Amino acid sequence: MAEPSYPDDLRYHPEHDWARVEDDVATLGITWFAQEALGEVVFFESPAIGTAVRKDEPYAEVESVKAVSDVIAPLSGEIVEVNEALGDSPEQINHDPYGEGWLVKIRLADSAEVDELLDTAAYQASLGS
Amino acid sequence: MTVDTQTPQQREQVKTIFEKSHPGRRAATLPALDVPARSLDELIPAVSRRASPPALPEISEPEIVRHYNRLSQRNFDLDSGFYPLGSCTMKHNPKLHERVAALPGNARLHPAQVPARAQGALELMWHLECALSEIAGLPHVSLQPSAGSHGELAGVLLTRAYHEDRGEHRTKVLTPDTAHGTNPATVTMAGYEVVKVGTAPDGGVDVDDLIAKADEQVACLMLTNPNTLGLFDSNIAEIARIVHGVGATLYYDGANLNAIMGVTRPGDMGFDIVHFNLHKSFTQPHGGGGPGSGPIAVSERMEPYLPRPVLVRRHGDERAGSAGSGDVAGTTGGDRAGAENGDRPGSEPAFYELDFERPKSIGRLRGFQGNYGVFVRAYAYICSLGADGLRDVAETSVLNANYLLARLRRAGVAEYLPVAYDRLCMHEFVLSGAPMKRELKIRTLDLAKRLLDHGFHPPTVYFPLLVDEALLIEPTETETRETLDAFADVIAEILREAREDPEIARNAPYSTPVRRLDEARAAKHPVIRQRR
Amino acid sequence: MLAEIGVDSIEDLFADVPDDLLLGRELDLPPGRTEAEVYEHLRALAERNVSTERETCFLGAGMYDHYVPALIDSILSRSEFLTPYTPYQPEVSQGGLQVMFEYQTAICELTALPVANASMYEGPSALAAAGYLAKLANGRPRMLVSRGVHPHSRETLETLAVGYGTTVEQVTLRDGVTDREALTNALAGDVSAIFLQQPNFLGAVEDIAPLAAAAHEHGALVVCACDPLTLGVLAPPGECGVDVAVGEGQTLGNRLDFGGPSFGFFAATEEHLRRMPGRIAGETVDADGRRGFVLTLQTREQHIRRERATSNICTSQALNALGGVIYLSWLGRRGIVELGELLAQRTAYARDTLSALPGVSALHDQPVVREFAVHLQAPVEAVLERCAAAGINAGYALGRDDPELADGLLIALTEQRSRADIDRLADVLGAAVAAELEHVGTRA
Repeated sequence: MAEPSYPDDLRYHPEHDWARVEDDVATLGITWFAQEALGEVVFFESPAIGTAVRKDEPYAEVESVKAVSDVIAPLSGEIVEVNEALGDSPEQINHDPYGEGWLVKIRLADSAEVDELLDTAAYQASLGS
Repeated sequence: MTVDTQTPQQREQVKTIFEKSHPGRRAATLPALDVPARSLDELIPAVSRRASPPALPEISEPEIVRHYNRLSQRNFDLDSGFYPLGSCTMKHNPKLHERVAALPGNARLHPAQVPARAQGALELMWHLECALSEIAGLPHVSLQPSAGSHGELAGVLLTRAYHEDRGEHRTKVLTPDTAHGTNPATVTMAGYEVVKVGTAPDGGVDVDDLIAKADEQVACLMLTNPNTLGLFDSNIAEIARIVHGVGATLYYDGANLNAIMGVTRPGDMGFDIVHFNLHKSFTQPHGGGGPGSGPIAVSERMEPYLPRPVLVRRHGDERAGSAGSGDVAGTTGGDRAGAENGDRPGSEPAFYELDFERPKSIGRLRGFQGNYGVFVRAYAYICSLGADGLRDVAETSVLNANYLLARLRRAGVAEYLPVAYDRLCMHEFVLSGAPMKRELKIRTLDLAKRLLDHGFHPPTVYFPLLVDEALLIEPTETETRETLDAFADVIAEILREAREDPEIARNAPYSTPVRRLDEARAAKHPVIRQRR
Repeated sequence: MLAEIGVDSIEDLFADVPDDLLLGRELDLPPGRTEAEVYEHLRALAERNVSTERETCFLGAGMYDHYVPALIDSILSRSEFLTPYTPYQPEVSQGGLQVMFEYQTAICELTALPVANASMYEGPSALAAAGYLAKLANGRPRMLVSRGVHPHSRETLETLAVGYGTTVEQVTLRDGVTDREALTNALAGDVSAIFLQQPNFLGAVEDIAPLAAAAHEHGALVVCACDPLTLGVLAPPGECGVDVAVGEGQTLGNRLDFGGPSFGFFAATEEHLRRMPGRIAGETVDADGRRGFVLTLQTREQHIRRERATSNICTSQALNALGGVIYLSWLGRRGIVELGELLAQRTAYARDTLSALPGVSALHDQPVVREFAVHLQAPVEAVLERCAAAGINAGYALGRDDPELADGLLIALTEQRSRADIDRLADVLGAAVAAELEHVGTRA
């Protein structure tokens, strides 16, 4: 994805991760800023279904040629689905970070955490600083 | 009609040696069977035998020679050009060293040969240990580790053994955020947690941060001085006090020893353990990625834990069997034996052997004694230079680095590649390519690739991590002023060119055997062996 | 130059060094010498070593006196291979990177495993590194190592295991090979890996597959150290259930050099690719579509992954690995088989001939390929001294590492040890044993 994009139906974490919340399930991924800083993603290994994730803590790694980055969980919960397609096409994380580049889906442990996340405007403002 | 200006190497369709294989061809000549032939089934049961031979190449000697000679021509090398790789100390490899390493008494000596018939080798190792001890300012040496990071691992395991022997179970090791990646990797392998210490605005260790983090859970602080920014930390004595004050050890990464040999010594600064990179300051050729050697020198309190065996020297009637009567290298205060064989006047000749009775040793880090072939070269170097020559190395390497820095602070360069720390450097210095990226739209990577077209190997790039778009430059003492001037001129030229047209550097190099390579593809779909 | 810098003297450049840390005197070392003087000094030292040029060598125990063909010397002495750094700028390092790729391929072929790295320091530390891979793979606390594994390798693993936080237990031998029952009894769900050697330290061919199967039943990894020159005739580790194959590469075109430098090799199953230590070269294309090679999967390594790296290894043994791949190409597909068969025949002959001597008996009668152990009724060190005086290095005294094998002698063959050499060994060894027995008899 060539141009910065931060859809406003998503919620953002300051460590450059997004969440799309639908009832008690959230889809997670990394933002345009994160994939741009990383460069072309070459490897992503999904964590196992059933793994518990905790807000503000790393739950996976994304690798480019010359860098490894922790992926921080914006919300707490249990992994119920992973994006298997990224095994063959990790570059979707760059091309479509909010669509085909989704990483995992979790069942939320505590919906109240959603309110602590940033909206589009607040997240973009944090990038400027 | 346009002419294809590719070089022969650029045109060449490279083939691997496997692709040059033809059934039936062969280079090796082997002796004929001269013992009564028995059936192979009798000798080795079929279940343990290989069913089909490994698909190694079938190729003649002339083809092997031609293949590797042509491959070699696709390499840039130190004998051919300037290699200002920061932290690597790419100094000239004296040619005498290959000659002495190849002497049959060295090259064809079996590592398990009994000491009585390997006295030349053991004595050489002894003299090398004494020299390294003197250079480091620490009394005890082990030549066993095979590379710098191997020496680091030895050092941290020694630290662990030291603390455990006192009944203390510490959990953390401190490293500066400018540390070479081998430092934190080593810490984890040795079972400790890495804690990073910050860097102060002047480039030295942030002493306040160190004080905050130094507690009795800390086993060790790993440092190098000068550090990876090429800066000497004048607070080193205070740092040593703080570290020793909490009962931790102080470890010296010897990658930057070139700047200080004969001028100051890590042992005198308070370090407990020092590793040397014989393939950096001591001219072992880099070989495209090894071999190296990473001996360590340690303080008295660390001595019991040294890897085993330890080299000892005994005199005449004090031969094997009388435990504890031997000398250990360094304790006799320097070694002026040199060409002599270490005799005390009027006594029996010295006898060198390996002492395995080391109850507190951390054990072995590898087989046999270490990379002896590297010891031979390093020892020849030390003999050639002598005390005065080694000090010359430090002075000239620091002079060359400061001179090159001064040339690169001239107008036309300094505004795009400012030095990261505005002070005198030691044997290397760091520039930041951040302004260049902003103003000229080319990155440190592009500058490096364009340097290749000018026949220079680029400096170390993107390390240390603390500096944005870092360029770490270490000219070493074996480069002439003309070379340094030429390099500075080329940097200026590339920047000038980028002001006109940044695309040129962005698509460089043009004249090398291959252009920029698709590293993402290699990582995503690894092909790490020839397909059958 | 000082003017350009803006200082008056070189001393000024060291202003950051506190005065009380300045050495203030010359290093206590001899002064520098001329090249000719240094040569003479080194030559005189080397003269005092009895190398395999001056005695007939049956000493093995991990490194062997094979013939190093001259083309290796000539290729390795080329500046373009000898003097460059690690290939961080691939555009000007295609020679070195392609060598790594070819070497990796050769190791994969030898071991019948799909992935290999571009070298380790040497054999014992490569085995210990395999322990780190096992720890990263399953995090279990126990490691089992056969006493058939070289004592240096066992000891190195024990040293590093202290940092890994794992225990290392030894599994005894029975009749010269790993005791399968002892191994099975020791195996449980908390074992991270088992470590074997093929042929083992006493020269015996082990039956690896059943041992590997037993380990796998408990989910433990199988690490096997192999003698690469026996892999022309012995079943390769990849076909025996081994997960990680390591070994000492000295016999592949590298000199003895009193123990180093040589190289270690490291190969594994596909599953462990991203846990491999060390450099790995991979194939790719350049901007114009040309075939090329780069260091790949670098995110495993210390310069990127730092404290979470698969190893701390940086410099390895690239030049020695080049010697290795040249040697394997020189031997070739048929040569390595022929060499293995030659060694097996001569080793069997040597064992039969020596075991027939009075006072000498085979320590075990397992199949052997290039090395075997005998039991002497006379003191081993004294016998060796007598042999040495007759110009023969008769082998390795096993008592050096193991008091229980104090009567043991390990004898190695290479293609340079002819039948005539073996017959002479038999004469000299037989006479030495007899003389020692008589000597003892006289004193008693």
